[in-house]
Amino acid sequence: MELLVASSVGVLTAGGVYLILRLRAFPVILGLALLSYAVNIFLFSTGRLLVNAPPVLNKYGDAVNTDPLPQALVLTAIVISFGMTAVLVMIALGAFLEADHDKIDMTDEPEAEAMGEERGA
Amino acid sequence: MSHWIIAPVVLPAVLAPIIAFVMRHDIGLARAASFAGTIALAAICIGLTVAAAGGETVSYELGNWPAPFGIVLVLDRLSAVMLLLTSMLALIVLVHAVATGWDARGRHFHALFQFQLMGICGAFLTGDAFNLFVFFEVLLIASYGLMIHGGGRVRLQAGLQYVVMNLAGSTLFLFALGTLYAATGTLNIADLAEKVRALPVEDAALVRSAAIMLMIVFAVKAALFPVQFWLPGTYSNAPAPVAALFAIMTKVGAYAIIRVHSVVFGPDVPVLAGLPGTWLMPAAIVTLAIGAIGVLGARRLMPLLSFSVVGSMGTMMIAVAAFTPEATSAALYYLVHSTFSAAALFLLADLVVSRRETGDLLKAQMPTVQNGLFAALFFAGAIGMAGMPPLSGFLGKLLILDAMRTTPEMTIAFVAILVGSLLTIVGFARAGSILFWKSTAMEPVEIDPAADAVDPEAPQAAGVLQVVPTFAALALLAGLAAFAGPVSAYLNAASGQLFDSSGYVEAVLGQDAEG
Repeated sequence: MELLVASSVGVLTAGGVYLILRLRAFPVILGLALLSYAVNIFLFSTGRLLVNAPPVLNKYGDAVNTDPLPQALVLTAIVISFGMTAVLVMIALGAFLEADHDKIDMTDEPEAEAMGEERGA
Repeated sequence: MSHWIIAPVVLPAVLAPIIAFVMRHDIGLARAASFAGTIALAAICIGLTVAAAGGETVSYELGNWPAPFGIVLVLDRLSAVMLLLTSMLALIVLVHAVATGWDARGRHFHALFQFQLMGICGAFLTGDAFNLFVFFEVLLIASYGLMIHGGGRVRLQAGLQYVVMNLAGSTLFLFALGTLYAATGTLNIADLAEKVRALPVEDAALVRSAAIMLMIVFAVKAALFPVQFWLPGTYSNAPAPVAALFAIMTKVGAYAIIRVHSVVFGPDVPVLAGLPGTWLMPAAIVTLAIGAIGVLGARRLMPLLSFSVVGSMGTMMIAVAAFTPEATSAALYYLVHSTFSAAALFLLADLVVSRRETGDLLKAQMPTVQNGLFAALFFAGAIGMAGMPPLSGFLGKLLILDAMRTTPEMTIAFVAILVGSLLTIVGFARAGSILFWKSTAMEPVEIDPAADAVDPEAPQAAGVLQVVPTFAALALLAGLAAFAGPVSAYLNAASGQLFDSSGYVEAVLGQDAEG
């Protein structure tokens, strides 16, 4: 169980970082999504991993219960990352339509153009 | 009184959707509502600052759940100063945005503006680390909208970079919070402060990595080396009023470092042994160097101003990195100063750039209208930013240098700040003389006066309302210098309160003993 969770966090993070470094809008969006999955699983594990334990205290006995707080945190994190991904997709789409390419790095910066103009003049 | 603490969050949070849904077709109504909201916010923040001046740390329990189980908002002198700073800056920026018509160049400017204020005020008030994350996200998502306000290819591309950078930062924030929770079992800042101090040194690894991860996250916001590279691209491509408002955004990161790394991971914590300061100091010095060199090397006005913001963050964080009450109080003074001086310069740059044919390119061209007025304002702003008398930048740097005198990093901090200031002065002097001075020496090209008179493209003289915000920001700098005594007395008290973490813990956690 621990191995499965730990390795999935690791693999998702590695994939996410790799995709972000591609510096193209679509891979970057996927990479950020993978990273947010990784962090969600990671947050679950911060309350210690327990299988089949309810997230509520049981007043009728000493039954084991799992920590409910990380679950609330994960829920918040999911909602936020979902909204952020939607915004990111819209902005990426706008940038793609305006610039006709989906590169994240600004290679054809106005500075380069201006310097070219100066040199040409 | 106690319910007023949440007013700076609730007021914009209620106003923003109303503006977005009810007033979206009527810019006049939206402007009126936005002004009313911002003025009310300023009044509330003044009230809170006066209330906090007594030195009592007030905690507000949301839903009346006792800490650490519920979420708390905490008002102390530091939060109050930051709130006041935010609301003053917001008012200045709003006047500029409306007077220059920036708010009508895209949709939902005022709604996003109010959401941004809500996020910033919440981040300054919250007493819960996860809540800090949530307010960070609120202010970020509003800032994404503001950043690409008005559209355009370059701005959208720069906006995309900014969003990606901050989303990666947010993910790291969550990893840090998870690690912290796994190590301590709480995310309430006061409770964390107690638990981290009680932690045995053998279990330090998780907390130490969480502390450093949190510092990286806040450093992304505060534009510290090595994660400062997003700032010049973002600020120079953002709409100018937004860039001026973003002057407070870097300070949110700085505030978070000051708050979290003093109260929770302070220098007196045995498991950390001063780790944050060890890493923050070199980062701040390199940031200052990058800022100063960037100012010297910039070919355009907006990147030049952006790099000067990077440099001022470096200067400020050098003082923060010392983690002593004196240095923190100097850093707070410089924080207030650098916010207003950056805002003044960005607002002025907007007035100048929109009237020049060559935009913000640092290249002599025919003087545009009101060259003298703009030159004088730029001179004053540059003096403020570079840290020369008589404006408050000089006093701020003096306070920082004085506070650094007793620290082991004295030599390097002195060299960095003084050389950095010199480079900034040279850079600003060069930009100012190219923009305003050389242009007056140029031979006027023969134009037909009749054609010139009817040219609708000819730059208009700036109206009173358009210049007032810049003047107001500069006047605040002058005021900050003139009333440096009372201001720094308040800030001294604020940093004293900050470093008395047991007082903070008592104010937040002490209440459940009564109830």
